[in-house]
Amino acid sequence: MIRVSGQAYQYPGSRRIAFQDFDIGAGAHGLLLGDSGSGKTTLLHLVGGLLRAQQGTIEVQGTDLAKLSESRLDDFRGKHVGFVFQKNHLITALSVEKNLLVAPFFAGLPPDLVRVEEILRSLGIEEQRHARIRELSHGQAQRVAIARALINRPGVILADEPTSALDDRNCEKVIRLLIDASEKQGATLLVATHDQRLKKIIPHQIQL
Amino acid sequence: MNLFQLVWSYLRARPLTTALNIFLLALGISVITVLLLFTNQVQEKVSSNAKGIDLVVGAKGSPLQLILCSIFHLDFPTGNIKLSDAEKIVRHRLVKKAIPLALGDSYGGYRIVGTTPEYPALYGAALETGAWWEKDLEVTLGAVAADRTGLRVGDTFTSAHGLTGDGHGHELSQYVVVGILQRSQKVIDNLLFTGIESVWRVHEIGEADSITLLHPSTLVSTREAGDSTLEITSLLVQYRNPLAILQLPRYVNNVGNLQAASPAFETARLFSILGVGVDVLRGFALVLILISAVSIFIALYNSLKERKYDLAIMRSMGAGRRMLFLSMIMEGAVLTLLGSVAGLLMGHSALYAFTFLAGDSASGLDPLAFYPAEAVLLGANLMLGICCSLLPGIQAYRTDIHRVLAGN
Repeated sequence: MIRVSGQAYQYPGSRRIAFQDFDIGAGAHGLLLGDSGSGKTTLLHLVGGLLRAQQGTIEVQGTDLAKLSESRLDDFRGKHVGFVFQKNHLITALSVEKNLLVAPFFAGLPPDLVRVEEILRSLGIEEQRHARIRELSHGQAQRVAIARALINRPGVILADEPTSALDDRNCEKVIRLLIDASEKQGATLLVATHDQRLKKIIPHQIQL
Repeated sequence: MNLFQLVWSYLRARPLTTALNIFLLALGISVITVLLLFTNQVQEKVSSNAKGIDLVVGAKGSPLQLILCSIFHLDFPTGNIKLSDAEKIVRHRLVKKAIPLALGDSYGGYRIVGTTPEYPALYGAALETGAWWEKDLEVTLGAVAADRTGLRVGDTFTSAHGLTGDGHGHELSQYVVVGILQRSQKVIDNLLFTGIESVWRVHEIGEADSITLLHPSTLVSTREAGDSTLEITSLLVQYRNPLAILQLPRYVNNVGNLQAASPAFETARLFSILGVGVDVLRGFALVLILISAVSIFIALYNSLKERKYDLAIMRSMGAGRRMLFLSMIMEGAVLTLLGSVAGLLMGHSALYAFTFLAGDSASGLDPLAFYPAEAVLLGANLMLGICCSLLPGIQAYRTDIHRVLAGN
């Protein structure tokens, strides 16, 4: 569940960007649509607690993010929010399995190897479990990034331009993967993108 | 998954840089370790050899030479002193014990020492086989000397003049081996012991009188006291009380051609001369350690650039600022710890190789001895590693997740 109201953000020496209010109910999907520079990523980071709001309120899973201290916010992100970025940003020093296991470690949750196996299988990359990140294809790396976002069973999944670099076939595949995985664990999905192809797949759209 | 595994994975992801940093540090630490072991053990060895000897009395000349010659048996005598002069010292009320030495000859490079049984007793020597020397020309061997010359109980040999094996020989008198001492790791291992009378006899100095002596010498009981023709090399003196430190050397220096040399003072002087070389090496090692510290700092600092996305992602997964700071500090600490431990091992191995190659001349050096200073070294290096990773740690702590992940 995500509730955004009265948000506006101003970077130093830059114009102020105001955002419209919106709600996404628990387990629902939403699309943040806008061109580059429209503030999609800023809004997504505000919702994910990567950036502190300058005004208004943001509620995620019923928690007002502004009320959390810095370390509580870190903890909240780890337990309740899963991120998928356009560049997958996997940790190349670690294997696929370790990349998944750092998520529960940093969130302060116990490591769960059964969960690792389950999620790798559901994304069709169980063969790559012990592979190095550099050995993965782009598609595999993206699946690992999605797996990492899902492993802690977060209530909210935030994806930043997950499909913009993909062709039509893969675009559809990835967004379906995200939607399926979110639905399977009842997570709220918010995708920030300028990719018009997603419009027909996610009807709930917030235009910036 | 834990923080150590994470840190370790990062170190393993850059094997060359990590290996180079560890090696650089290990090199510096190993030089320091070798110096530490070497100076400590040489000092221990020197003080154990000089133990129980407060003063050496010999002919005038270099006092250091007198000490090197009479205690460590490394140098030539400064000359001879009259037995009658030596007896005057023995009679002094501040002298508790005085052991005469008659040096000059050797066999197979090992020095023959004419003395009394008190001399090996000073080092707690014990017999391995055979007996102590009693009669003229009987010899008891130190363990190493016996080993190296191959002499066994019952063997006979002739001594050579000087310390090298090829000096002209004393063919007329044959020494006979009567006993071999246990290994003691002290200087007596390298000596061949006999009576003073034997040394005189080899050098064909007037035969001892067979008649009963009126006043036997306090040093050589087979001779009449006060003989001004007989000579010995030196006298090892033990003080009766601390008052002697002030009075005895002055007294000795006024008797005939005698001089007094203090082992404590002369060895301290020797170490201060050697210390310059040790200081230069130590400085070199410290420079190496400093360079490796800078190298570790640069490695960590550079890795921050490659790792800024990793750090931001970790924050997005719930890692706190302190966790990232700690991971950097741990990386520096692990690097320095590995380097230090490798360095200590290398230092001990180097000394082991040295004692192995140098054989008996390095006897008494123990490469497996560990000193508290090594723990201090380890601790200091760990601190250094932590200091080097402070700045990268602070940078990691300050990672602006939004800026990095938004890509601007």
